[in-house]
Amino acid sequence: MIGNFPYLVVGVLFVMGFVGIIFEKNLVKIAIAVSVVEAATNLFIITLGYRNGGSIPVWTMAGGGSSRMVLPTPQALTLTAIVIGLATTALMLSFVMIIYRHYGSLDVRDVRRLRG
Amino acid sequence: MNPLSVIARTVCNLFAWFLAVFGLYVIVHGHLTPGGGFQGGAVVATFMAFLLVAHGGKKMHSWVRKEIFTLMECVGLTVFITAGLLGMSKTFFFNFLAKSGGLFGTAVPIGPNPGALNTSGTIALMNLSVGLEVVGGLSMILLYMFSGAHPEEPFGREEAGHDR
Amino acid sequence: MKARIFFLVAALVVGGLLWGGLQSLHPFGIPNETPMDDYFIANAQGEAAANNVVTSIVFDYRGFDTLGEGAVLFTAVISVAALFRKRGHN
Repeated sequence: MIGNFPYLVVGVLFVMGFVGIIFEKNLVKIAIAVSVVEAATNLFIITLGYRNGGSIPVWTMAGGGSSRMVLPTPQALTLTAIVIGLATTALMLSFVMIIYRHYGSLDVRDVRRLRG
Repeated sequence: MNPLSVIARTVCNLFAWFLAVFGLYVIVHGHLTPGGGFQGGAVVATFMAFLLVAHGGKKMHSWVRKEIFTLMECVGLTVFITAGLLGMSKTFFFNFLAKSGGLFGTAVPIGPNPGALNTSGTIALMNLSVGLEVVGGLSMILLYMFSGAHPEEPFGREEAGHDR
Repeated sequence: MKARIFFLVAALVVGGLLWGGLQSLHPFGIPNETPMDDYFIANAQGEAAANNVVTSIVFDYRGFDTLGEGAVLFTAVISVAALFRKRGHN
């Protein structure tokens, strides 16, 4: 079980972010919790592709460890996922700014009803 | 947003250029060392964020215009798509410049080697264009979100003579 | 009160099912099937002429995903610009 320690860390991060989304009252803290969940997902994708005693998949000055390289495909997919997370966070924070300008408060309980 | 103190402004003027040079290095050497277009573009965008935080919004709006960053982003995306369409004789996104002796077309010796900058065909062109796009896009997001947080300040060059 | 107990029990059941399903993940460090990645590591210098295997995957072998990602970034910038428009802007 100790050998699977990265999976445990991913699970703990995910649960902490998820609890933050459900139980928080401040809109900015909810946006931060969504960012934590995205970070946990990216970490999970990267740790799926590790080989014991592997080096980075780059051939420049590779030295003697060129026989065992870490799998490169999950790293390529995580790049795209990080950029998508950035776009989501930017739009969420823009919406929080406009809600604050319209309602005057950042509390979730005050912005419940749709008004004209 | 008010500018910070004299110490912060002086340190920013000295050290912000290291960020720009390092980010450009990460973008250009994307096919040799870990890095590439997206990572280097994010580093250069923090150069813009550094200047925005240290000097305040009014000075930034009198120095840069938003049209520069729009132009960078659109040029980056257009060059990316064009580099994909030029190899259309075999397939979309074909690396037609690799090992062909042209612009970036030297062959790479197999196995561990110190890298040469002249290699890897369309990958180097795509690195530069994606880096340009990410720099333009992230800087534009920062400038728009700043101007949205202070809606009463005029945007652009109408009050360029009023800042301190 | 009954609704809260029901939701708590349902969350525990879903968590237990998830944990049971994740037992069949490979142990950390020994991936399951690697023929595609072995092909990429062995042939990236010959075909794509780049020393960095990750960059050659992102821009050459899987260039369509990068095209979609450029579109996502562009859409995000346009959406932020459209949200913060001033009244009277041409």
